[in-house]
Amino acid sequence: MSKEKIVINGEEHVIASGKNLDDLLDILELEKRSIAIELNQNLIPKSEWVNHIVKSGDKIEIVQFVGGGF
Amino acid sequence: MENDTWSVAGKVFNSRLIIGTGKYKTYEENAAAARASGAEIVTVAVRRVNLTDKSQPLLTDFVSPKEFTYLPNTAGCFTADDALRTLRLAREAGGWSLVKLEVLSDQKTLYPDMEETLKATKVLVAEGFDVMVYASDDPVYARKLEDAGAAAIMPLGGLIGSGLGIQNRINIRLIVEQARVPVLVDAGVGTASDATIAMELGCDGVLMNTAIAEAKNTVLMASAMKHAVIAGRKAYLAGRMGLKRYADPSSPLAGLI
Repeated sequence: MSKEKIVINGEEHVIASGKNLDDLLDILELEKRSIAIELNQNLIPKSEWVNHIVKSGDKIEIVQFVGGGF
Repeated sequence: MENDTWSVAGKVFNSRLIIGTGKYKTYEENAAAARASGAEIVTVAVRRVNLTDKSQPLLTDFVSPKEFTYLPNTAGCFTADDALRTLRLAREAGGWSLVKLEVLSDQKTLYPDMEETLKATKVLVAEGFDVMVYASDDPVYARKLEDAGAAAIMPLGGLIGSGLGIQNRINIRLIVEQARVPVLVDAGVGTASDATIAMELGCDGVLMNTAIAEAKNTVLMASAMKHAVIAGRKAYLAGRMGLKRYADPSSPLAGLI
């Protein structure tokens, strides 16, 4: 089975080929509410997660709300 | 006084106090302080999800977006582009467009970079955001931000996290007098009297974080701030007495024995 080498939040990860962004959240066991994803610096709306297949070299940012004032 | 509400971006609020969610020891303590403060809006940061330690508590589980209106901020952003990127992500994560923009200039003072701030405000307004803008206490820039479509102007009372209080009352007053959008003092408040002063100057509200989070008893200070903001607001509406250079007795002079 082929693999894809990607960077998520600055860390290298290797995942199976053919996975989309929604699959990726399942693989990472992440809660899907109140998060946002950037793929190669482009914001990907939740409704389009399933349309983006993750490929080697992709840089992904997954963010959430945390405590912070200023 | 019963219906002394204020509104931003079409939403009506009763509390004129907005509090931050940083620097608390735990999210539990943060939630308790938020409730004691009576705040309806809390400002929150946007950061990377922790992929290695998923057992870490989530802000949303304690200070729930169902209980409080989240005001995502751009804390830590030093360019307009970084701030824009952060707020676009925030809008996607939260699903609402009310945000707090701050573009900082210098690590030591965390003073806002007003040129970059104005630039980012214009882009955000064009993209449909409702932008509350952290700004210097400069009435000229406050007007420019308003003309650019800012939903609220948030001039600093003092430097972020300094607790030095309202340093330039005249400027805050000038900004309030000219503004057609809400003005909220943001940063500088150290204790309850500072919040009262901000409100006595006619501000629509106050945003604070460290003054509560770094108090010895955070929940008690949160309650003090709630009352301080209400006191200042009422005093502003009541209209204070004039200042006099000499004494003016409060008891009648007639009938003295």
